[in-house]
Amino acid sequence: MALPIYATPGQRIWHYCYLAFCVFVLFFLVAPLVAVIPLSFTSTPFLNFTPEMLALDPDAFSIRWYKTLFGICGDVDASASTMCHNKWMTGAGRSLYYAVCSTILATFLGTLAALGLSNQHMPAKRAIMALMISPLIVPLIITAAGMAFFFAKVNLSNTDAGIILAYTILGMPFVVITVTSTLVGFDRSLMRAGANLGGTPAYNFFKIQMPLIAPGMISGALFAFITAFDEIVIILFIGGPQQHTLPRQMWSGIRQEISPTILAAATILVLFSVLLLTTLELLRRRSERIRGITPH
Amino acid sequence: MSSAPATIDGPLLTADGVPLKESLEKSLRRSKLRALLLVAPPLLFLIFLFVIPIGNMLTRSVDDKLINQVLPNTFEAFEAWDKQSEPSEAMFEAVYTDLKNADKTDIGKSSVRMNYAMPGWRSLIKKTARKIKKMEPPYREAFIKADERWVDKDFWLSLGIMKDKVTFGYYWNAIDRTYDFDKNVIHVDENRKVYNLLWWRTILVSVIVTLACLVLAYPVAYLLATLPMRVANLLMICVLMPFWTSLLVRIVAWMIMLQQNGVVNDTLVAAGILADDNRLEMMYNFNGTIIVMTQILLPFMILPIYSVMKTIPPSLMRAAQNLGATPTLAFIRVYMPQTVPGIGAGCILVFIVAIGYYITPELVGGKDGRLIGNMVAYHMQRSLNWGLAAAMGTILLCVILVFYWIYDKIIGIDNMKMG
Repeated sequence: MALPIYATPGQRIWHYCYLAFCVFVLFFLVAPLVAVIPLSFTSTPFLNFTPEMLALDPDAFSIRWYKTLFGICGDVDASASTMCHNKWMTGAGRSLYYAVCSTILATFLGTLAALGLSNQHMPAKRAIMALMISPLIVPLIITAAGMAFFFAKVNLSNTDAGIILAYTILGMPFVVITVTSTLVGFDRSLMRAGANLGGTPAYNFFKIQMPLIAPGMISGALFAFITAFDEIVIILFIGGPQQHTLPRQMWSGIRQEISPTILAAATILVLFSVLLLTTLELLRRRSERIRGITPH
Repeated sequence: MSSAPATIDGPLLTADGVPLKESLEKSLRRSKLRALLLVAPPLLFLIFLFVIPIGNMLTRSVDDKLINQVLPNTFEAFEAWDKQSEPSEAMFEAVYTDLKNADKTDIGKSSVRMNYAMPGWRSLIKKTARKIKKMEPPYREAFIKADERWVDKDFWLSLGIMKDKVTFGYYWNAIDRTYDFDKNVIHVDENRKVYNLLWWRTILVSVIVTLACLVLAYPVAYLLATLPMRVANLLMICVLMPFWTSLLVRIVAWMIMLQQNGVVNDTLVAAGILADDNRLEMMYNFNGTIIVMTQILLPFMILPIYSVMKTIPPSLMRAAQNLGATPTLAFIRVYMPQTVPGIGAGCILVFIVAIGYYITPELVGGKDGRLIGNMVAYHMQRSLNWGLAAAMGTILLCVILVFYWIYDKIIGIDNMKMG
């Protein structure tokens, strides 16, 4: 991408304009998320940068919104920092619970599907694959509406089980995609060699195939997890007041009483996503290494 | 068979003495069966919890059974009527029998449905149903005494719209049309037109967002594909981070940026580009929807284009220039045509996702940034006109499935990559 030394001035100008444009786009992608972080430390209950904050006045910054977020009410009553009833924390707990349960189910079912679909003798492969991926394509609002009617009929609406099942549906396509793509490079003769050496199919699967497709399973699981953890549309349609998740708390926060607490939550979620992203990148490198593809 | 020694002319046998062809077929069958057994549990799970619920909802868009079950005599009497003369005593008696026999909640639901055919039905039925127990023949007088709107022949005529068990009325409603009493399709009044505008706006927003994403994504994808791996990976994090961050967090972040006292306006004012009393309105309107949706969907465009660009050998550009092309010409004639699959994949993906958007327009769209998804949600949750919600959902779904099919034909579902 470097400019050759013989470039004409016109080419140089063009090149720098191009780079500036790219920087602008990357800035457009990241800037809003970065802006959240300092603003979450504001000491005022407003969502904009005050002149004091821009002047880096220490008094303009505080961690009071983090205290509210974590349910420490010492701010109001200086005598004791008691834990008060807090919808943010219980919401995060709920989200975590749904996300973990649905991820386990989705990873199991999605891996089964991917294994079956990568078999070269599988009939109607393309159609089934298209169907398996379709929850990603169908707008959430339609999925949510369909499930709302159906779950009401089978007594699953406003239940934890219903939400976990719904989130499993949303997470499964990711696992199918990621595991299928790790299976593309899978050498089937390894399984035959295992069978030749006397391993039962189950033993061979756990000892040979599973470690090789594990990176795909884990990255699919991560996608499924983040989808469930972050899901808002379906929960609005099939969840009752008992199913108050973190996104729901943010939703009502945005719509009703918007306070910097939401920025504190956002900051933590941004850091969380950076963590997940790093995990995923490391997994990808590992997968390439064990499959014998040199990282570029 | 095993007793006969295999000859050159006979079929090829395996070690067990079974013809090779048979043995191969058997193992093929077994392999197929194993694959099917693996796929069966997830597939059934998907069918029961995803395909059937959605299919079920879609049937609501044409379903008019309930009202025919609740008011069977009424519709029978209506069929016998010549539509010209005044409604007869027998017709009123039929309504009386139906209302008396029907379940109270069913009457409520039916009256709501009847209100879509002709405004006023709901209160008319409810009022009459309340007084039904005390009524005595002659029913015509009793009905008119209960509510004098029963004199109005239009209510009777409007029954014609609802007499079939299957109706396409909701689909016509979804595009600002309706039935007249003879079931001809007519336009609704000019001041009650809402949906056509929303459909056009949804398409417009999706197209603008797709084009904006393409314009922003292409240069960045090219940069990522041509930079050395180490730097490219670092920049890739910038692309992927928003992708991995909660949707609601991104919306909150944009609220901070775009609001009246937001970062963008503050910066522009501080830089002297804008007057303080002339701040831009970028939130809670059409612009807000476009800006936020573009940022949210941009990674969906960058990633497919990038992965196609990665596969194009840089030597092709050098070869073109060696043959006398200027860098610009080489780029346009040699490089760009090869990136078309990536562009296609990205555009279809962004368009499909954009057209069904609901959360973002709901939170940042304000009044003139709402899309068809918001209307579906409104009819699901507020107005409870589920037939109309289902009809709009069906139309939306059909559009999306067409694009999904095109995507599968051109790019192939199994080529979809994540991250």
